[in-house]
Amino acid sequence: MGTFTESLSTAAGLIATADAKLASIVGLSLQVSLTAVAFAATIGLPLGAVMAVKRFPGRQAIIVVLNGFMGLPSVVVGLLVYLLLSRAGPLGPYGLLFTPTAMVIAQTMLITPLMAALTRQVIEDAWREYEEQLRSLGATPWRAALTLLWDTRFSLVVAVLAGFGRAAAEVGAVMIVGGNIDGVTRVMTTTIALETSKGDLPLALALGFVLVALILSVNMVAQLIRLWAVRRYG
Amino acid sequence: MSSVFPLVLEQICFAPSGQPIVDRVCLAIDGRVRTVILGANGAGKSVLMRLMHGLLTPSSGRITWCGREQRPRAQAMVFQRPVMLHTSALRNVAYGLKLAGVPAGERMNRAAVALERVGLAPIAGRSARVLSGGEQQRLALARAWALDPQILFLDEPTASLDPGAAKEVESVIREIVASGCKIVMTTHNLGQAKRLADEIVFLDRGRVVEYTPANVFFRNPRSAEADAFMKGELPWT
Repeated sequence: MGTFTESLSTAAGLIATADAKLASIVGLSLQVSLTAVAFAATIGLPLGAVMAVKRFPGRQAIIVVLNGFMGLPSVVVGLLVYLLLSRAGPLGPYGLLFTPTAMVIAQTMLITPLMAALTRQVIEDAWREYEEQLRSLGATPWRAALTLLWDTRFSLVVAVLAGFGRAAAEVGAVMIVGGNIDGVTRVMTTTIALETSKGDLPLALALGFVLVALILSVNMVAQLIRLWAVRRYG
Repeated sequence: MSSVFPLVLEQICFAPSGQPIVDRVCLAIDGRVRTVILGANGAGKSVLMRLMHGLLTPSSGRITWCGREQRPRAQAMVFQRPVMLHTSALRNVAYGLKLAGVPAGERMNRAAVALERVGLAPIAGRSARVLSGGEQQRLALARAWALDPQILFLDEPTASLDPGAAKEVESVIREIVASGCKIVMTTHNLGQAKRLADEIVFLDRGRVVEYTPANVFFRNPRSAEADAFMKGELPWT
């Protein structure tokens, strides 16, 4: 118990003084995960919208795959990206392995299916309500997908948040493709894993607090935006 | 703009799962009169209107507009429950104009004029989703009217409204007719049908049983089905 309280106070000190090492780790985590979220949103949201609105052969199969990939194990994605980027792999010559870029690629692959699947669900529900009206006004499926993406934007915040949460919280993929190199590819989750196994609990604990606080505050802001939108747009 | 009339339906059937919902319907609809489609629940009124509007494709038969099979743009439809985007009333009307290919510079002006005509100009900036049911239905009419349709399909436009709101919607419909637009409407309300119809299409189990001028239909329905329908409906209208 003594270790715990001691760790707690050290953790509080690290956060209060904005310890440089802590800050750089948090900064890199945010940079990697937010970049991955941006890429995944750019791919996943339109993909989900088209899946919701367009009817084509093989659609059901793709939906099953997307839904299944929501729970993709991060170590498997890490392994896959590792194989792609390793010296002998198809993208080996670019020398991306063990760089933040590799981590962004891995997290993007990890969360794109999740965001696409959630978007499809949101937009498909909206499409059920809007379909006749939009088709009556002459909307093509592509136009309808765009319209619905915009119209459900406040509900889609949830899809983006889920993606961010998953990216920021995962260890497996970034550990494998980033290598957890001090000062280069070390992020919050990999540091927590490493420091805990080394027995340096204060830093691990401090990072744990920051991680949870970050995810909570992002969700709080999103909730406030939603409440505002409901009041404003009904 | 060349006329899209007559709208001719030849032997139209709609049977998505074998059982016909609309059965061998033949109609020749003229542009000058107001047509009301009557019939019991499940008679196929809404489906028939969606076939004419082009939302559904007939299983067999042919629909032509002034001899051409191409579905004309100069038509619009208003549904029982209006569906509005999460944006202002004005932008909802402008959205319809955008899809109709109206240049960006003209949309806002035309949308504002359309809102003015249905009496919604004062709340043009309000979010469409927070308007009352009657206001939303008038907004739906404005969105359709802004497209300058030659024909407007109305699917039970007042069925989910209270009497006051229904009256306002009816008066907008009258103005739309006065502006030279043809209407084809379904309704459950016989009083409304009497007020708004020049001719009646009476459907029973997917088939056209009567297609007659409204005054003839209400005074002296020729079919037993229409007679029974009116007797059954009258106490609640």
